[in-house]
Amino acid sequence: MLKRIWKITPLKQLRMSFGVQRVMLILGLAIVGFFIFVATFADLIAPYDFAQLQYEDGTYFGSQIPPSAEHIWGTTVGGFDVFSRVIFGTRTAIAVIFVAVSLSIVIGVLLGLASGYISGWLDRFLVLVADAVYAFPSLLLAIALSIVISGGRSGFWSGILAAGLSITVIFIPQYYRAMRAETLRIKQEAFVESAKVLGASNGRILFRHIFRNATRTLPIIFTLNASEAILTLAGLGFLGFGIDPTMGAEWGYDLNRSVADVSAGIWWTSIFPGSAIVLVVLGITLVGESLNDLADPRLRKRQVAVIE
Amino acid sequence: MSNLLKIENLKVSFATDGGSNKAVDGLSLELEPGKVMAVVGESGSGKSVTSQTVLRMLRETARTEGLVMISGQDVLSFSRSQLRRARGELASMIFQEPATALNPVFPIGWQISQAIRSHKIAGQTPSKKEAKELAIEMLTKVGIPNPAERYGYYPHQFSGGQKQRILIAAALALKPKLIIADEPTTALDVTVQAEILDLLRSFQQELGIAILLITHNMGVVADLADYVAVMYQGKIVERGSIREVFYEPQADYTKKLLNAVPKILPAEPKDTPRPEAPVLVEAKDLNIIYPGRLNTPAFHAIKDLNLEIRAGEVIGLVGESGSGKTTIGRTIAGLNRATSGSLQVLGQELVGFSEKDFRPIRKRIGFVFQDPASSFNPLLTIGDCIAEPMAIQEQTGDKENRARVLELLDAVQLPTAFADRFPHELSGGQRQRASLARALALRPDLVIADEPTSALDVSVQAVVLELFAKLQQELNFAAVFITHDLAVVNQVADRIAVLKEGVLVEEGAASRVMQAPQHPYTKRLLASHPIPDPDLQAKHREELRRLTPGA
Repeated sequence: MLKRIWKITPLKQLRMSFGVQRVMLILGLAIVGFFIFVATFADLIAPYDFAQLQYEDGTYFGSQIPPSAEHIWGTTVGGFDVFSRVIFGTRTAIAVIFVAVSLSIVIGVLLGLASGYISGWLDRFLVLVADAVYAFPSLLLAIALSIVISGGRSGFWSGILAAGLSITVIFIPQYYRAMRAETLRIKQEAFVESAKVLGASNGRILFRHIFRNATRTLPIIFTLNASEAILTLAGLGFLGFGIDPTMGAEWGYDLNRSVADVSAGIWWTSIFPGSAIVLVVLGITLVGESLNDLADPRLRKRQVAVIE
Repeated sequence: MSNLLKIENLKVSFATDGGSNKAVDGLSLELEPGKVMAVVGESGSGKSVTSQTVLRMLRETARTEGLVMISGQDVLSFSRSQLRRARGELASMIFQEPATALNPVFPIGWQISQAIRSHKIAGQTPSKKEAKELAIEMLTKVGIPNPAERYGYYPHQFSGGQKQRILIAAALALKPKLIIADEPTTALDVTVQAEILDLLRSFQQELGIAILLITHNMGVVADLADYVAVMYQGKIVERGSIREVFYEPQADYTKKLLNAVPKILPAEPKDTPRPEAPVLVEAKDLNIIYPGRLNTPAFHAIKDLNLEIRAGEVIGLVGESGSGKTTIGRTIAGLNRATSGSLQVLGQELVGFSEKDFRPIRKRIGFVFQDPASSFNPLLTIGDCIAEPMAIQEQTGDKENRARVLELLDAVQLPTAFADRFPHELSGGQRQRASLARALALRPDLVIADEPTSALDVSVQAVVLELFAKLQQELNFAAVFITHDLAVVNQVADRIAVLKEGVLVEEGAASRVMQAPQHPYTKRLLASHPIPDPDLQAKHREELRRLTPGA
């Protein structure tokens, strides 16, 4: 089991990497690691709560206060502390990624396996549905779903679920397609035929022989999707379909509220949540892209050969 | 300085994940104009890398050192544009797989004239018309019928042998003095191979073109080469004229290699009678048809087959690609569906069978696959793979399975420690032995072996065939041995069935079919099979000429 975990984590790839690819991978892992750290210890790092408007003595923070000793990144138009909201925002982002990606992996992988192995009309039908979902503008679909699930705005967990589920629907086709293609390929391999000749049941063939060999592309789609999930969440928040500001901190919502500030010369309300989005997406994309390159022997850079 | 090609102290290394890998280590050889030098060796010996170095076709991860001269010019110091001109003008290449060497979306004539027009002839780029004329002239020379019309055909409209001819035409269009042929006939059937070898020979003799021939097939060497260089682990272990190497080999490795090559030597035909034994497989007027898709007609793979396999006998199914030999093997194993007629396997009718009825029969059938690289699940240990039959069919405990696995590994002469290794940690020959162990796990009555040795090197093949014969005698299972290699089937089979385009043309005792073939197709097949002996092969070639009408 340990060997298995080793295989799917980027650590093994880190050992194989070299040169620019190695720098990309390390940088990406560092950024992602930093955000996970911040999300875990948000309570300790942030000086105030994300929905806090007053000091302990009851006086208000005041709105649009420039960065100072009390509020190192200033306050928003609504009177929240920007620094605290950006810190707590990582928590929301990671929760949404987790919900969205894990749901879409489970559903997409199962559908892909079934579709590729059984083929026939089921396969044709599922491919059609997947294509239809692909053809839809993803944000529009996410908006429609978030309205269906939560009626527009909502609390922390229902908001995360709404955002997560709407992203899930967009991502299922990606896992489905990758898994279906791998299943179709592996189904032709001699070791699967050899199991068939022995009279193995379909379940045994699917899970013992096909599934475990088909998972190698998943970490790559996983990381690339994670960054897209954040962008979709931010987009939802920006358009006002995200989480209620008193229920959870969310970068997209904060950006939306800071639109008017930009022309007034109030830069601190937009720069920080905006940079947070850019940084997380950059970090995850760096990891994903370098994993993608490393998984392909043709793209993988190696140390120069030496002639003894 | 009369050498056309001169390679001196060539060293090539590749960068891999595990550090540098030395592929060629201090190789030197010379080739005179108009001669054929064969470079032979097993996989991994560096023979292909050597051939690719001559025109610098190596991947970016390679580092090259040494000297490669063609017609007195140092190829390794060429600039990109010099190199581009050299490819095609100084020397050109023919590859192993004609099916993938042509671009499927362009007409073949266009591809040849494109190659011609990217070079200068007599100081200027040839016009489209000149290039087309030259392309048609070359197509005529390589024996493509009706070349002016076929100039506009696409690659899929030609057979494999014709594609190889077209590639030879393209390679010779700019009149290079040297051709590098990397396994030019390996992907082709023997009868087509004989034709291509003839074509290469005629170019060598009539146009004085030198050929650097890379091959693993000693029969091809005996047929075509003037000189032989034997490679082993990146070094040349022996070099000499073809007669020296074949008749007085010096290096131990060469002797071992020549001994391992299966041969069909002339002998008295013996028509041994069939032993009285229960019939395990009986096909009566069996037809197998693959249904066509929209616009493509159905493919009639097997036509009215009548065949009997008795307990304890080894039947060799021989034929060229498309003959249906694999289809028969897969149908007996229940991997394909039979269409009509009757096929009784171990008492079960297989025309219109249901998987439920056949499942209990499956444990009495073992199957050995062609490619040892893909016939094991890469994530399971060898022990787990061999235990699969027991786990599926007998539901025995892990402990019993384990004991049986170790016993089986011992029977196929593999160390029992291999049970805990993963498939990629074994060599091809070791994997094929493990594959044999898996097929024999349930003590089957019938084993189907589909080209079990065609992916292996000759010395490994010899060991696996010997093991197969030994186990067959000990356990006395019946076997269907499917192969395209006549010499291999000669070695293992009691009876031989020859197939051509789905029709069984001849069937009989092995010695009788091999030494006194009746059917003209069997005769031609045997005559096309090159003998790894230069003198015998020269006579053999005459016989093939006699058998081929109009040649």
